Amino acid sequence: MSPLPDERGHFGRFGGRFMPEALIGPLDELEQAWQDAMADDAFVADFERLLREYAGVPSLLYDATRFSEVVGARVLLKREDLNHTGAHKIRNVLGQALLTQRMGKRRVIAETGAGQHGVAAATAAAYLGLECRVYMGEVDTERQALNVARMKMLGAEVVSVTSGSRTLKDAINEAIREWVATVDHTAYLFGTAAGPHPFPAMVRSFTRGIGDETRAQCLELFGRLPDAALACVGGGSNAIGMFTAFIDDPNVRLYGFEPGGEGFETGRHAATITAGAVGVLHGTRSFLLQDDEGQTLESHSISAGLDYPGVGPEHAWLAETGRATYRPITDAQAMDAMVVLAKTEGIIPAIESAHALAGAYDVARELGPDATLAICLSGRGDKDMVTAATWFDLVEVADVVDDVVDDAVDDTAVDPR
Amino acid sequence: MTAGVAPVLARTRGEGRAALVGYLPAGFPTVDASVDLIRAMVDGGVDLVEVGLPYSDPVMDGPTIQAAADAALKGGTRIDDVFRVVEAAAALVPTLVMTYWNPVERYGVDRFTARLREAGGAGLITPDLIPDEAAEWIAAADEHHLDKVFLVAPSSTQARLEMTAAHCRGFVYATAVMGVTGAREQASSAAPELVRRTRAVTALPIGVGLGVSNGQQAAAVAHYADAVIVGSALVRAAIEADDPAGAVAAVADLTRDLARGVHGEL
Repeated sequence: MSPLPDERGHFGRFGGRFMPEALIGPLDELEQAWQDAMADDAFVADFERLLREYAGVPSLLYDATRFSEVVGARVLLKREDLNHTGAHKIRNVLGQALLTQRMGKRRVIAETGAGQHGVAAATAAAYLGLECRVYMGEVDTERQALNVARMKMLGAEVVSVTSGSRTLKDAINEAIREWVATVDHTAYLFGTAAGPHPFPAMVRSFTRGIGDETRAQCLELFGRLPDAALACVGGGSNAIGMFTAFIDDPNVRLYGFEPGGEGFETGRHAATITAGAVGVLHGTRSFLLQDDEGQTLESHSISAGLDYPGVGPEHAWLAETGRATYRPITDAQAMDAMVVLAKTEGIIPAIESAHALAGAYDVARELGPDATLAICLSGRGDKDMVTAATWFDLVEVADVVDDVVDDAVDDTAVDPR
Repeated sequence: MTAGVAPVLARTRGEGRAALVGYLPAGFPTVDASVDLIRAMVDGGVDLVEVGLPYSDPVMDGPTIQAAADAALKGGTRIDDVFRVVEAAAALVPTLVMTYWNPVERYGVDRFTARLREAGGAGLITPDLIPDEAAEWIAAADEHHLDKVFLVAPSSTQARLEMTAAHCRGFVYATAVMGVTGAREQASSAAPELVRRTRAVTALPIGVGLGVSNGQQAAAVAHYADAVIVGSALVRAAIEADDPAGAVAAVADLTRDLARGVHGEL
């Protein structure tokens, strides 16, 4: 277990709590409940049983030999795409939803960008019989309509957020605004390893199984640790989940890949650590995209799940201390890697995860052909087929998918019950 | 050296009444027009002014103030414009700036504090900065003798009430409800209890904000608080007016109604 954060949630100069006083008491209660739960063998056993029996965890560590040939080093894929709901996010929401139940609350709210966290939250809520409302930027509800339909089918209410830039950051603002008023009976299932303390540490505690499993599986399969662990970074929940097990292994390099969007020169990107500045957003101090007066800038990425102008505070700390290296990957690089994995391995990755796949090429060149790279394949690409079909000009496919999406949305416009 | 808001609050206490504090964002609908609206508010009878610094991600604010802040930012309002508005307001009555923390940190805490003092500002109200994270601001405020107004809430524990009040100068801002800014039909039931708990730990005046929208509500809050803080209702009055002159008149009218409330004339 890494020694950070300190008791007030600081990772060096990052992290902390920048929230209205009204939420400080509830955040203290949450922290206490989480620490009590993690010290309770029954809670931990319940969480692990749920992951195993319901979520399909531990996920496989897969030796991707054909993709490895293209990359130029041995690539091991941590198959989080095979988890129930199709991404690593299920780990975090099952942990937080179980904690909600333990705290005696019956209602959860969540924000979502791509919809993956929203779907995971709606899933956990359905499974545990909790009422669920998901805040989603209006722009995202349009580009991820299928996930809106999934959430509704699972019984969640989806609120389309029309304030600000109408994307993930505004969905978070709206969820925080609601939470101040409903915190006595509602838990906020935060979707990434950011936000005010204890969220970065708590989310890490629920996602760190990714790296713990990878480490054990790699030792079991190959008798050694990987030379590097790689993951994509938006807010950073899959990356911190992947990195945590290796923090104290000095010979395992850590690489996070940020959304470079259309490239820095265009200003249309979301590479927070590479191109942002230190500031405070959504309750935590970290790197963020902001103008010279501290106003948040809109981020851009082809991947809705990485399209966030901030990043978790522990990543800021790992970057500043040099323990982890963060690099930007453009939309085009990610889409190329997506199709390469599909054609070499028969695995269609989420565009988010494709950023980490694309980053592997340079790492392989730097570490040489004998290197072993463990990559977190954080999610599957089904949700991204409209985007991919459009990008690769698979016009007929896009038409078909659009129709499917329209039908799905129409069908769930009425109460599914 | 500014005297801050303390002398005004001592005077209103001497008059046996609560002070009226009016909030308007700088730059809404334009920088010059926001100065006109603040003048109207002072003409109408506010004792203290809060100038809002428009911010892209105002998590403590409801739709009314969000809309005004958005408009101010779209209109190109900069932090130096905020100081211009503060200068105009502070020439009339003591004036605080209400701001989310990131713009201050980005501008530079020392630089921001120095400019605020130059403009005649009395201090800051910081809705998303708790004393636990405020070491740099507390040091700068102490050096420049500026007021530090932190928030307390119905959910604040006894220990946090004591700690927060101990770090305040000027007054303590009691948020009347668990929620964001915005006019409300019902008076808060939590506010009197919060004020009572806060009085037990501090001799500072206590201002109550969130939800007050008319003279009747102001009169009710004035019975137990030292200051009545009104924001969204004033912004809404300006938004709903047909033209700039109408906005000035609407803000002045509403302020007069609120002032009658705190003066016990309703």
